[in-house]
Amino acid sequence: MVTHESGGHHHPPTGFIRKYIFSVDHKVIGIQYYFLALFSVFLGMTLSLLMRIHLVWPAAKLPFTPGGVMTPEQYLALVTMHGTIMVFMVLTTAPQSGFGNYILPIQIGAEDMAFPVLNMLSFWVTFVSLMVMVTAFFVTGGAPISGWTAYPTLSALGQITGPGQGAGQTLWVIGLGIFCVASLLGALNFITTTIDLRAKGMTFGRLPLTVWAWLITAVLALLAFGVLLAACILLLLDRTAGTSFFIPGGLVVTDTPITWHKGGSPLLWQHLFWFFGHPEVYIAILPGMGVASHVLSTFSRKPVFGYRAMVGAMCAIGFLGFCVWGHHMFISGMSPYSAFAFSLMTMTIGVPSAIKTFNWLGTLWGAQIRFTTAMLFALGFVSLFVTGGLSGLFLAQPSLDLYLHDTYFVVAHFHLIMGVAAIFGIFSATYFWYPKMFGRMLNESIGRLHFWITFVGVYCIFMPMHFLGLAGHPRRYADLTGVNFLAPLHAVHYFITISAMVVITMQLLFLFNFFYSMKAGKIAGDNPYEATTLEWAIPSPPPFDNFAGQVPVVYRGAYEFGVPGAHADFIPQHLVPAKAGRSH
Amino acid sequence: MHRKISEKGSAAIAFCLALIIVAFTVITVYMFAAKSWWFPPAISAFGTQIDAQFHRTLVITGIVFVLAQLGLAWVIFRYRDQGRKVEFFEGNSTLEFVWTVATVVLFVGLGLYGEHAWAEAHFQGAAPGALQVEITGQQFAWNFRYAGPDGKWGQTKPELVSASSGNPLGLDPRDPAAKDDIVSPTMYVPEGREVEVLIRTQDVTHSFYVRELRLKQDAVPGMVIHMHFNATVPGEYEIACAELCGLGHYRMRSFLYVVSQADYDKWIRDQEAALQ
Amino acid sequence: MPGTITDDIEIIDAGRGGGTDVPSGGDDDGDGHGGGGLPAIPQRAYFTAIQLALAGIVMFFMALTSSFLVRKGLGDDWVSFTLPRILWANTLILLASSGAIQFARARLRSGDTQGFRRWWAITTALGALFLVGQFAAWRQLAAQGVFLVTNPSSSFFYLLTALHGLHLLGGIVALLYVTYRPWQRSRITQSTAADLVSIYWHFMDGLWIFLFALLYLGR
Repeated sequence: MVTHESGGHHHPPTGFIRKYIFSVDHKVIGIQYYFLALFSVFLGMTLSLLMRIHLVWPAAKLPFTPGGVMTPEQYLALVTMHGTIMVFMVLTTAPQSGFGNYILPIQIGAEDMAFPVLNMLSFWVTFVSLMVMVTAFFVTGGAPISGWTAYPTLSALGQITGPGQGAGQTLWVIGLGIFCVASLLGALNFITTTIDLRAKGMTFGRLPLTVWAWLITAVLALLAFGVLLAACILLLLDRTAGTSFFIPGGLVVTDTPITWHKGGSPLLWQHLFWFFGHPEVYIAILPGMGVASHVLSTFSRKPVFGYRAMVGAMCAIGFLGFCVWGHHMFISGMSPYSAFAFSLMTMTIGVPSAIKTFNWLGTLWGAQIRFTTAMLFALGFVSLFVTGGLSGLFLAQPSLDLYLHDTYFVVAHFHLIMGVAAIFGIFSATYFWYPKMFGRMLNESIGRLHFWITFVGVYCIFMPMHFLGLAGHPRRYADLTGVNFLAPLHAVHYFITISAMVVITMQLLFLFNFFYSMKAGKIAGDNPYEATTLEWAIPSPPPFDNFAGQVPVVYRGAYEFGVPGAHADFIPQHLVPAKAGRSH
Repeated sequence: MHRKISEKGSAAIAFCLALIIVAFTVITVYMFAAKSWWFPPAISAFGTQIDAQFHRTLVITGIVFVLAQLGLAWVIFRYRDQGRKVEFFEGNSTLEFVWTVATVVLFVGLGLYGEHAWAEAHFQGAAPGALQVEITGQQFAWNFRYAGPDGKWGQTKPELVSASSGNPLGLDPRDPAAKDDIVSPTMYVPEGREVEVLIRTQDVTHSFYVRELRLKQDAVPGMVIHMHFNATVPGEYEIACAELCGLGHYRMRSFLYVVSQADYDKWIRDQEAALQ
Repeated sequence: MPGTITDDIEIIDAGRGGGTDVPSGGDDDGDGHGGGGLPAIPQRAYFTAIQLALAGIVMFFMALTSSFLVRKGLGDDWVSFTLPRILWANTLILLASSGAIQFARARLRSGDTQGFRRWWAITTALGALFLVGQFAAWRQLAAQGVFLVTNPSSSFFYLLTALHGLHLLGGIVALLYVTYRPWQRSRITQSTAADLVSIYWHFMDGLWIFLFALLYLGR
């Protein structure tokens, strides 16, 4: 391996606090983010489990519900917090801030992120944000009940509109604002690192697709989170200072006239929120696409099919992601003419998504697939991505949205594509990079069992929800007795709840595997998968400054597998051409 | 690492995964064909049009779904590790071009096709002479107001709103136009008559939703939103709230009664008599 | 299926990748916090970062600007009020500070440390004076009975001036940081830091003129 002397090497910190708590090492910060997401995902799953149980057995005595039986407002508080925690603390945090932080600098041949102290700050600000949000559970009135979308005026008028809409909603807004700041700092760091800290020879055309995905995600985050921050500030002022950005005049809440507000526009919030919210969907799923492409190629022992098209498709998704927010608002009272335009843009964004699917199949075509658990999850990702993506073609049409909007059809759609597919990306990344991060392999037998149950299980949970939606079942209903037409749907709910209970319980397998393998896993070695990218050129786990002061030089693209005439079926990016064999 | 999984083990995994994907695809297709849980029948020409577009979309996405999932299952099983050499290629520009153009035509074409129904619902106003009904959402009830014989909406005032004393909309008793306004917790419309609804809310965002009409429209604070429909099948239909509006969201429902013109006239007369 | 493969090239240096051109500004022995030194990075990374930061700030203020326009366009309750005249003076002060920071950079380039420090201090003082002036404008409005909640027009006035002021306060902290930072132990050079702060400062100047125009024309 030919290496470069970097400007000078530096030493790892010594004390426990500087090493593990307030560390500036991107690897430690990446793991901190990962653990924050791990805590959040189990919290979020627990909330959803309580919701599922309540829907099927409304009289059940549940833990964490004062008084024993869950009230509608408690159910809605769970809806809100489940959505918020999953979207921000799991789907935004784990794939981007977690794995991106750990792997991106190594994959581009950098010793750390560009701004390590800023990186540490991003994590701790995220941590504060989570703490602020979770506090909402413990204040008077409990957590907010307005959903993760927090539409005014329900979210703006305070306690009068319902329990949880007082202090709980205020904490939620503040927590979200803090999260925006953390994400902006993180995005800035990611982009700068990718642009300016690539090793010699690591051109943009040779970047692993994971790095491309993290880069584009960071650009989306940089441009989107500022808008959400602005919206949060306006909402906070409406709630606490008495301004009227989102609150119109003449309102009457349970016979009490609201006289101190006038003239505001609830739709303004929706526009600001979804201008952020749609890119946010891609912030959650793009890193998963990157990981899937990377893992599929590695275990197919083949180059990625259409590398340039893959990058182009991700850029197109990123760009179009900013032009389609209105498809969340077809029935919001927005101009029906703009709905027309938003609908066509949304149908268009399906095209790059379809290109990615075709290219994944192209990558697998003619392969010699090695079925590691990471690969299984990547294959599962493709299946889920197709299923979840296609239901988007229904929802992108405003005429069909007249019926399907805010039904369980939407719940099924976004859980499959943004929730479960993204989670499969995270799982794939976990099984793939765990050996690099902790020096030991995750147990493959437990891993495969985890995959089978999860893959079948998530389909059992979310496919039936399409039919609830087709039957017209509105989402966010705390109880199934309020409307008569829900009666025939009990059986479906029952099936979903049982599936959810099994799947969620079985995630303990993963948790066990995760901690058990840290001590008892098989020693991984530097490059257990015979992979090509730079993280496999260094020890597992990597030394403090990644390359021990010897930064590699990159000679080729990221996916040179099965090259005819080469000495091995893989050529690492840093291998000098003379050693690679007679190259084509 | 991969050597750990023997070729036999690899075949077993490939077979299982392919089988699961095929089984899931078959079950999904069956469920969509069996329609055990499905739309209620539409009660307007507009609803039938929506259903047609839904079926078009379902057929197209269904074909893509089956091809993609079965293709995935096929490559998983066919190209499992059997110790052979891979077929080396890094892409194919012609293929990329073909499937990009094909998806553009398919997706955008489908979208354009579906805009027709949307245009009918939103770009055209209600037919002249339509029956006007004002729909007001509030936590957690619907109220329906008919202008009465004078055809004029009476004034409402926020400070007069009192659901408990029977004035949920805050009608101003000093306004003569308000005296004959009928306010009902359920909605009556004559069959086959164009109805224009004016959707508004008193407090938070609600959403007026009748499954059989294939119609849903948010009621947004500070706005009055016009929609129109023409129900042709008499019957009792549930009205639900489709936008999260607070703890009683799930029970915020009412009924739409589509009745004959004679029954409608009788209902109106009864309501007017009750006002006296 | 035929595939095309680009030939490997012996050594390719097309990327802007770092490595060789890193100035050895990185400190080996830590920065006094227990020996946790940071790896050196090329100075251009700081310029990338400041541009990205400005892009984020632009999106933030664009969201508020469109909220301003939408709110004004939709509501029927917009009441315009007279902007305090002191804002014109404040604008001149901020423009002058932008001039001062240019003088400071010129002095730094020509190696005149004393002159640099003097003009840098003048910039800082003018920045602080601008903030005092903005505060005075708030006081004047409050004296007229125009508060945050009086009307959406005043809500936006207070909000936009406060958020701009907060960003400018960050600029003042950065100015002070450049003044008091011990450069010999830092991975960023003094001239880079001065350039970054001046880019930010000019941007804040431009942003203020934009916001002032928005508030003035959109009253």
